[in-house]
Amino acid sequence: MADLAGSRVALFVPCYVDQLAPQVGLAALEVLRRAGVDAEFPVDQACCGQPLVNVGWLDEARPLAARYARVFRGYDYIVCPSGSCTAMVRHGYATLLEDRCSAEVGGRTFELCEFLVGVAGVKSMRGHFDRRVGLHRACHGLRGLRLGACSERAQTTADAVVALLGGIDGLALVEPPRRDECCGFGGSFSVDEPEISALMGRDCLRGFDEVDAEVITSTDVSCLLHLDGLARRGDAARRTIHVAEILADCEPLR
Amino acid sequence: MNHRDRAEAFLREPGRAAWHDRVLWQVRAKRDAAVQSVAEWEELRDLAAAIKAYALANLDCLLEQFESAATARGAIVHWADDAAAHNRIVGEILSRHGVDRVVKSKSMLTEECGLNHYLAGRGIEVVDTDLGERIVQLRGEVPSHIVLPAIHLRRDEVGDLFHARLGTPAGCSDPAALTAAARADLRSAFRGAAAGITGVNFAIAESGGIVVCTNEGNADLGTALPPLHIACMGIEKVIPRAADLGVFTRVLARSATGQAITAYTAHMHGPRRGGELHIVVVDDGRSELMGRPRYRRSLACIRCGACLNTCPVYRRSGGHSYDAVVPGPIGSTLGPARDAKRHASLPYACTLCGSCTDVCPVKIDLHDQLVHWRREVVSGAGRSLRSTITARAAAFVLGRPWLWGVLRRAGAMAVRVAPVSMRRLAGPWTKARELPVPPRRSFREQMRGGADD
Repeated sequence: MADLAGSRVALFVPCYVDQLAPQVGLAALEVLRRAGVDAEFPVDQACCGQPLVNVGWLDEARPLAARYARVFRGYDYIVCPSGSCTAMVRHGYATLLEDRCSAEVGGRTFELCEFLVGVAGVKSMRGHFDRRVGLHRACHGLRGLRLGACSERAQTTADAVVALLGGIDGLALVEPPRRDECCGFGGSFSVDEPEISALMGRDCLRGFDEVDAEVITSTDVSCLLHLDGLARRGDAARRTIHVAEILADCEPLR
Repeated sequence: MNHRDRAEAFLREPGRAAWHDRVLWQVRAKRDAAVQSVAEWEELRDLAAAIKAYALANLDCLLEQFESAATARGAIVHWADDAAAHNRIVGEILSRHGVDRVVKSKSMLTEECGLNHYLAGRGIEVVDTDLGERIVQLRGEVPSHIVLPAIHLRRDEVGDLFHARLGTPAGCSDPAALTAAARADLRSAFRGAAAGITGVNFAIAESGGIVVCTNEGNADLGTALPPLHIACMGIEKVIPRAADLGVFTRVLARSATGQAITAYTAHMHGPRRGGELHIVVVDDGRSELMGRPRYRRSLACIRCGACLNTCPVYRRSGGHSYDAVVPGPIGSTLGPARDAKRHASLPYACTLCGSCTDVCPVKIDLHDQLVHWRREVVSGAGRSLRSTITARAAAFVLGRPWLWGVLRRAGAMAVRVAPVSMRRLAGPWTKARELPVPPRRSFREQMRGGADD
């Protein structure tokens, strides 16, 4: 846990959150404010470059990585309400783009939940959310950032999301039978192989049906948009909500 | 045809994908249970990865050490540059001994080299003795999984096949009865074969021994009865010491099927008394792959199949969708290394979920390698003008946040004004999903002008 007094914290809002789910960005700001963190939003920020890397256009992604590093220079922490974008900055810049300059900023970039628990020292949240909430463990956050223990490995890792949601009154956190199988979005995969993408998503929704989840939550809007799109096509009354939106109405406990 | 097109046939059959996915998820679940029972599992993975890294870094010395030790024990070691050389060597050994019928236990290498087909052309009959391989052989198919070759077939399909080819009663699909029929059929093959061909799971440099792991004992029987044994191995199968088996035999079967160890683990040191052991060591592009730092770790693969079982795309599309000797995640990096053009779609048959990397007992960075392959596919020699333009356009937009709002509002309006056209434009998304509902104001706009209520 770090002493945040005097630290400069920035919020990085992914491009698709900015344009398609702005409430998640606002919720993230609110969650941080309640945790005593006054996060800034440097307006010069753009996209982390993941959509380009995803397709293989690594060279075209480099200027975006350089821009990210420039925009967030001077901040002690950069917080992002997305596991996949955080994983791109922290893992992708070093391993895929092999960019030492941009790789440095990866060490200062955190997904929202891992920041709250790991840096800001939040142990749990106090509040009300009277719903049966299905937890979708998004892949990049889980296996990229190790936000929790994945079912493949024989290791116990404290789960940041569970820690934050677990203490909220009325919130029954449930997980599907296949607790961390991919939802099938996969970025470009959703349009490269739409049939399998949709099949995986429908299987994912069925898993939440089996445990009677009323809403599905995740650290990633991308997964939620995909699941939501499938659910609405199927006329299902499935609601999706980002973790930040649940946390924004709660008080953090240290 | 790409992976998506081939998968279409698999997906079209009602229930096929769901059943295949369920069956293989069960294998994955068995693997998980076995892994959870080994407290030091992650340590074993680290060790396995380290031993393989050492072995690959010292392949030249280890291979020579292996040849020397194996020869000292009476084995005859042959070196094959490529698949053609491998086939020629095996063919000549068999011809010299006047062999016209061989039994063969599972070897992905011989699949890679197309050995069965080559030998058939020389009048030598090959009987695959692994039950799954025998099934696909009788069907005239290639395996769809490197450990469970016939996993794409249901019991009743095997029943129909055995009724036609082995004379089992029509409509019988009882696994015990079918297995008994296969066993009887294979017994006569084992007895009548003048030679046995096996693969090699591990070749031990220090002792010159080879290790073959099976659940059926078909490698054991196939080399105990015939006097001639030909063992085929890729150069990457060599490990430094016998003690290293203590790591590999602990992780192999657990990763593959969830068993603590395969039912049979044959350690063969030199020919059996009165017999001959030939070991054919094959390169076939492996040393070239060694020269590619980004992908060389894929040579550590011990062919356990865990990545296939965990891959949500493989489970829902089946091995034949990959059109590669080795399918699944490992196949999607080995394939392009062999033939980048033919296998260009494989790195994209993936959501980059990373599950494969986390189950791999030798810690190959599978999904990272697939991203690197994507780069080669889109930027390789002959990168299409269309790809360049699209990449530049995408980068242009993603670097200009002021454009995002323009596009969002334009898109929202277009959906209202021309919903049918927009649906067609967004076809790959909208075929199965509703489009997200764009908000009135983006996050940036709200930050500029106060929060949206």
